[in-house]
Amino acid sequence: MTASPPAPEAPAAAIEARGLTKRFGDRVALADVGFAAAPGELLAVIGPNGAGKTTLLSLLAGIREPDAGEIHLPRGEVGFVPQQAALYRRLTVAENLRLFARLERVDDVEGTVERMLGQTGLGERRDDQAGTLSGGNQQRINIAIGLLSSPAVLLLDEPSTGLDPRQRGRLWEFVLALAGRGTTVIFTTHDISEAERYAERVLVLADGQGLFDGTIGELHAAAPAGGAESSDFESAFVRFLAERGH
Amino acid sequence: MRWLLLKDLQIMRRSPLLTVLLIAYPIVIAVLIGFALSRGPDKPRVAFLNEVPPDSPLSVGGEDFDLAGARSELCERIECVPVSSEEEARQKVESGDVLGALILPADLIDKLQTLAGLDPESPTVKILVNEEDPIKAGLVDDRISALLAAANLRISQEVSDVSTSYLNILLNGGDFSFLGDDGFNVLGLRKSEQILRGVRRQLPPDSPDLDALDSVIRFSHLASENLGVAGQLLSSVSQPIKVDKEVVSGDTPSLDTFAIAVAATITLMFVTVLLVAGSLALEREENAFARLTRSLVSKSALLCEKILLGVVVSLVVTLLMLAGLGLFVDLDWGRFGLWIPAILAGGAGFAAFGAAIGGAAKEVRAASLLAFMISLPVAFLSLIPSGTVAPGLYDAIGVVTALFPFDPALRALTGALDAGGPAIGIAIVHLVILVVAYGALARLAVRRFA
Repeated sequence: MTASPPAPEAPAAAIEARGLTKRFGDRVALADVGFAAAPGELLAVIGPNGAGKTTLLSLLAGIREPDAGEIHLPRGEVGFVPQQAALYRRLTVAENLRLFARLERVDDVEGTVERMLGQTGLGERRDDQAGTLSGGNQQRINIAIGLLSSPAVLLLDEPSTGLDPRQRGRLWEFVLALAGRGTTVIFTTHDISEAERYAERVLVLADGQGLFDGTIGELHAAAPAGGAESSDFESAFVRFLAERGH
Repeated sequence: MRWLLLKDLQIMRRSPLLTVLLIAYPIVIAVLIGFALSRGPDKPRVAFLNEVPPDSPLSVGGEDFDLAGARSELCERIECVPVSSEEEARQKVESGDVLGALILPADLIDKLQTLAGLDPESPTVKILVNEEDPIKAGLVDDRISALLAAANLRISQEVSDVSTSYLNILLNGGDFSFLGDDGFNVLGLRKSEQILRGVRRQLPPDSPDLDALDSVIRFSHLASENLGVAGQLLSSVSQPIKVDKEVVSGDTPSLDTFAIAVAATITLMFVTVLLVAGSLALEREENAFARLTRSLVSKSALLCEKILLGVVVSLVVTLLMLAGLGLFVDLDWGRFGLWIPAILAGGAGFAAFGAAIGGAAKEVRAASLLAFMISLPVAFLSLIPSGTVAPGLYDAIGVVTALFPFDPALRALTGALDAGGPAIGIAIVHLVILVVAYGALARLAVRRFA
């Protein structure tokens, strides 16, 4: 991963990836994928299983190194939130936040912890062990830990998996507020309706290839026409993939 | 049912590491333990050096002693490993190839000859032993005692036969030859009694029947002399052969100290291995590993932290344990300065081993199970003394135990607790090598975590 100062004439992208390629043995998991995302933008990465969504996020997060291609982060680091809550269930909510704040070497540990407790709305449960919280609340702490370093870009890997509708609603309320404060949010999801509802732009991957990068309306337009009964976005997405042999 | 069985076999085939650990490792350990328990040398291997000049006849009290028969009888009880010099014998004992060495001195026959004489002198055989730990020391002493008892019994039977013949002469009379003279006739106690009774009945007081009285006087004199010899004879019969035991290797620590070292090492092993293996596996189970190593800490730093955790906890636990035992057993607190490096090195060895297990396991329970499964049999094998099993088997056990930290940690702790223990420096170097090796294995294993 490389960081370079923005060119004066370049768009104010928070993150930009070019020609990303990743192989696992003979299998190509990601082939020449590129995109850019602006500050405060919500970008959904969608595609069938095995499309390369999680691989793309792991490259952007720096967990894996790409075999080819480069990633530019002109505005700072990225925060990564894995699909399953990555926290210590025997530590309390505050202890988890404090631990990761120290590891992130933030200047004001206690102030940051208080700010995150406020943002997650879990101030009253600060002394509860994380393992006693619901899946939704654990996921909010999970995201809060990813935000401790005040990243310019937040990567969410299927953040709403396993949450009930109410928990999901509260989660997205939290994420939208982050984007409203200028954090670029890139998330993967299998739930097409979720992408339609919250994302400003979608990146479609299939078999490791980038098939589409644009708005929901542009993807609708790019899909072959269907019958009146199949005019929803999910059906359009399926037709889009089918037309391209996926 | 068969499809489920097939499915399980397919899963095992696709998890070679699990299969090796679950099947191959227990088989290897079970075979080693089984052989160690059941296939020790049928007879203890003892180096045998005979310095007695060949064709030296041995006659005890005029009776020829069957030397060749005695040697073959001895070699039926032990596996005699012939050696040509004391140096060779010493080398074999030091290396653990033999349990001990038996050296028959050149003057053995001459001294055995004296046992039936008036000036008996017990011969001394030399025995070289390797008492590298108190268990082995006890074992060697038992074996030597048994061999010595058998040899002494055989010789004492011969001597006792001679003594019986002397007593018969004293009792019943007969010809007696002494120091090569022509011999003379001994009257015997019973005949003396008969004569005395006859004289008493037949002779009046002041009778000049001097011959009979001279016989009685001569017998009385001889009887008193023979009774004096009987004391020495009886002494030589009780233990005809003396033993000069020399410990070639291993200034044996006391059994108490060794027991404490074993207890401390086992505690050190379980606390450290379980803690580190479980703690590392927990990072994976909590999904925190990727988050930590993405940018917050490197994988190597995380492993070092786990090993440090194990070392610190093991130091505290072991010192507390020793302090508690110190209330009941006399520990040499003057050697406290050596306890610390021994515990630190042992703790680091076990911690690195635990990190490798934690890196290989996917969850805490699997890590704990693996730690028990591997550690306990290795600890058992490490306590088998040399010379108690067949040499090839002992070598195999030595290779296996050298690959794990228990044996060097036990040697380090024993050496730290007791001046008579093994050299602590070598054990610590061994542990450092294991820390590096298991650290590298752990580092390879955690690559799979991401």
